[in-house]
Amino acid sequence: MIGILDYGMGNLYSLSQALKRLGQPYIISDDPEKLDQTDGLILPGVGAFKDAMAALNKKNHVSFLSRYIQKKPLLGICLGMQLLFEESEEGEPTRGLAFLPGRVVRFSGISPKTGERYKVPHMGWNTLDFKKADSPLLKGLQPDYAYFVHSYFAMTYDPSVLIATTDYHEQVPAIVGRGRVFGTQFHPEKSGNFGQALLKNYLLFVNGSKNPVPPAQLSVDQEGR
Amino acid sequence: MLAKRIIPCLDVKDGRVVKGKQFIHLRDAGDPVELAMFYNEEGADELVFLDISASSEGRNTMVNVVRSVASQLNIPFTVGGGIHSLENIKALLRAGADKVSLNSSAVKTPELITAGSDFFGRQCIVCAIDAKFDKDSGFYRVYIHGGQKRTEWDAIEWAKKAVSLGAGEILLTSMDRDGEKNGFELNLTRKISESVDVPVIASGGAGKLSDFSDVFIRGEADAALAASVFHYKETSVKQVKAYLKQEGVAIR
Repeated sequence: MIGILDYGMGNLYSLSQALKRLGQPYIISDDPEKLDQTDGLILPGVGAFKDAMAALNKKNHVSFLSRYIQKKPLLGICLGMQLLFEESEEGEPTRGLAFLPGRVVRFSGISPKTGERYKVPHMGWNTLDFKKADSPLLKGLQPDYAYFVHSYFAMTYDPSVLIATTDYHEQVPAIVGRGRVFGTQFHPEKSGNFGQALLKNYLLFVNGSKNPVPPAQLSVDQEGR
Repeated sequence: MLAKRIIPCLDVKDGRVVKGKQFIHLRDAGDPVELAMFYNEEGADELVFLDISASSEGRNTMVNVVRSVASQLNIPFTVGGGIHSLENIKALLRAGADKVSLNSSAVKTPELITAGSDFFGRQCIVCAIDAKFDKDSGFYRVYIHGGQKRTEWDAIEWAKKAVSLGAGEILLTSMDRDGEKNGFELNLTRKISESVDVPVIASGGAGKLSDFSDVFIRGEADAALAASVFHYKETSVKQVKAYLKQEGVAIR
């Protein structure tokens, strides 16, 4: 069972439908007790960093998530991925979940290479550059296009958390992770077949992390059409 | 590298796609989900559904259409037409639309752009602009109500204003070019693209393959939208993308 943490930030319908298409049972909830029963979590999110952290703090989700990742996997998507980092400069500097090292900053809109203006948000399909092809999230996948929509990106001083990057005038972390904590800046649920395959890899990782692993639980693979 | 986007547009009336008659191999060419999946298979980067229902009942069915499409489609899509309130915006986005496009309502109540963008983020709010060159005044004039009512807005000024209010993307339709299949309006597209710091989708005038490369290279558009050329199978998304790749345009 996958849990989608509903803390009021954005639209969860497309994500839940993507899980449904993969044959993955899920619950959408804001109740830590219910979510604690799941095998893996997804932290979605659209909107402002500060509002998101305020929403997470309000219902003690921050301490819940900190405990959860000691045992089970977490995938942050878009803003949910940015929340995994230490801090964001969006609005006034706001502290994040600090599961991963780095800081979320705004695209400057001026290319550091050429000095030319560029458009913000970074919106559309961009190519991925795999940094850690052996990550469980990238298993069996070839670098492809993914769908991005964001004005802020994570800057990290620790390249070991970069699983894939994309280039938009800056090196933009596209897939990040350490241990059982993962994040994608793009929307896998909107990234065509590649996104679907990546989500499936996360589900396989979640189901494979269960201890012990009953073989029947791996049927996601067969149902994944 | 960020790819240029090809966006087929589907007109929906009372929950059914119109102009889909050429899709004889589809079981139901009026079914928005079937057509969405067809274009997805073809390699469309995004879809736009334009609700052209005249009645409020017809409009209400749009939320159900959006929900059905979102349950199947794994690429982004925008919904436009008849969106007048924050409640309309919320309903469509909650039903699974990625963006909503505001046209007449944005001109009449510009605060709707801000309200929508504050609530869901600017990336969800597209400002659609219908523009026509006005020879007497020497500028591109904004029209609303499906091109029937002229406004005093200069399209470039309105685009800048809309972005400052919170629009995250501009969907520019040239009324001079629309339906002519004679190429996109390059001049205005480029001027708007240079004037705002958000992506610009060019619409109106797609005919031959080279029209698409022109709008990206000379018009500096970030995306190109077309309806008839795709619906009537004069060309396909696949063909357009193959051509653009050959011309050196970044394409998924």
